Amino acid sequence: MAGPVISARELSLVFQTADAPVYALSRVGLEVEDGDFVSFIGPSGCGKTTLLRVIADLEQATSGTITVNGMTPQEARLKRAYGYVFQAPALYPWRTVERNVGLPLEIMGLDNAPERIARNLELVNLKGFEKKYPWQLSGGMQQRVSIARALAFDPKLLLMDEPFGALDEIVRDKLNQQLLELWDRTKKTVVFVTHSIPEAVFLSSKIVVMSPRPGRIIDVIETNLPRNRTLDIRETPEFLSLAHRVREGLKAGHSYED
Amino acid sequence: MSAAPAIAVKPVAREPGNTFPVAVVCLAILLVWYFAAIPMNWVVTGPKIAAGGGGLSNLLAFSWNEARPVLPAPHQIAMELWKSVFTVAPWSVKSLVYHGWVTLSSTLVGFVLGSLLGVALAIAIVHVKFLAKSLMPWIIASQTIPILAIAPMVIVVLGSIGFTGLVPKSLISMYLCFFPVTIGMVKGLTSPEVMQLDLMRTYNASANQILWKLRFPASVPFLFTSLKVAVAIALTGAIVGELPTGAIAGIGARLLQGSYYGQTVQIWAALFMGSFLAAALVWLVGVAERFTLRRMGVKP
Repeated sequence: MAGPVISARELSLVFQTADAPVYALSRVGLEVEDGDFVSFIGPSGCGKTTLLRVIADLEQATSGTITVNGMTPQEARLKRAYGYVFQAPALYPWRTVERNVGLPLEIMGLDNAPERIARNLELVNLKGFEKKYPWQLSGGMQQRVSIARALAFDPKLLLMDEPFGALDEIVRDKLNQQLLELWDRTKKTVVFVTHSIPEAVFLSSKIVVMSPRPGRIIDVIETNLPRNRTLDIRETPEFLSLAHRVREGLKAGHSYED
Repeated sequence: MSAAPAIAVKPVAREPGNTFPVAVVCLAILLVWYFAAIPMNWVVTGPKIAAGGGGLSNLLAFSWNEARPVLPAPHQIAMELWKSVFTVAPWSVKSLVYHGWVTLSSTLVGFVLGSLLGVALAIAIVHVKFLAKSLMPWIIASQTIPILAIAPMVIVVLGSIGFTGLVPKSLISMYLCFFPVTIGMVKGLTSPEVMQLDLMRTYNASANQILWKLRFPASVPFLFTSLKVAVAIALTGAIVGELPTGAIAGIGARLLQGSYYGQTVQIWAALFMGSFLAAALVWLVGVAERFTLRRMGVKP
């Protein structure tokens, strides 16, 4: 059995500003196993997006160690180890849906593009929208295109930075359900940043509770909910007690104070 | 049971036509022009009125029909344009079509060269950090030198090594029109959002791929805006390039001859020809813009 997909030890990221240094991440330790669905939850400024960006090599830690697939984040990025989904769809408006999904394939020079595009558009339920331009789609559909794009080159690791943060709750529920089915079917490892407690509990196999100033990990919760769960699970006592524990963690990290 | 009442559909509101207001403005300009011709031409008409019978009808007849007026009336310019465009052979030196073509050809060469130079400079500036600091001040300084001061030097220097006619004029056009293209394209090539650039970084895309798949497509609207400015000043550059050497062909030459011989009507006709050319070129760039953006799937 190979080692963990992501392993961070004593990881810190300190920004030097004019008056005082800002501790975006302070001595963070984390293990993500193959096939995990890990959520980072916490208020703004707790470093959850920063941590995700460090994993993706879009940001560099100032001390500590981190490996992705046993490599440095930079080596992993150069090997195209992960697909990244941003807070906004970030689609290229001059490309149709299929050409947006095909963008990473063009850049990486992968073959089988039509088959990969078709398979991944079907995975996010967007078959029939291949020729549409982004402006012709709703916000939820655009974000699904960006998920198909992140999956197009078949990375084993999916990094998602508040992908549904800008969507309304009804659309978000639906996409959460679809994402869970996708995770169950593809057996990917997913790291997911959110500030919604129900979303984190519903989706995750492991919840990482974070708090700000300095950005640090307060609690790591294994959920042990069944893999093929539906939205109804949110009314069960197990779900509510998990949500309660997340809230307690946030409270312990002074996340509800000014 | 009675049938449900039909559901009314709100009609699509139509933009009211704006032909009428445009016509009114044009008419107002013409009226002001005709009226202004009376005092402006008084130097010429005054003595005539004093010598032979006065009266309003004579004043108007003199003011609007002088052979060498200070300000020609619009219909005089229209007649001169008609005469020099349609009644003479297009290759004759009396034809404004001939002179227009001479200016247009060097405009187009200068415009193409200037646009290519402008895009190339912008790409260099966006990719090499120190160029932004080291090149930009020179680019801006180049545009603060009056073109009328530098044009004779360009013509004389190039003439002394055997380049005359189209080449020096095109170079002056190029010198003027690369500037808006560089400025617009630097803005356009840096217009992609951080997220769109981060996405390319996660793919480990090369600088070349980022340029052609992200920066360049994102800059297209900026490019066309710059090209509209560039094509109009390329024409100005070509006309200015025809002035200092007393060139014998081109709109600039026509302006110069007109001023030598006091042919104000001829000057104005040449000016109008230049304006028509500029308007047509800007319009053509606009057509290319609409076509390109539609091909790129931009929201109509």
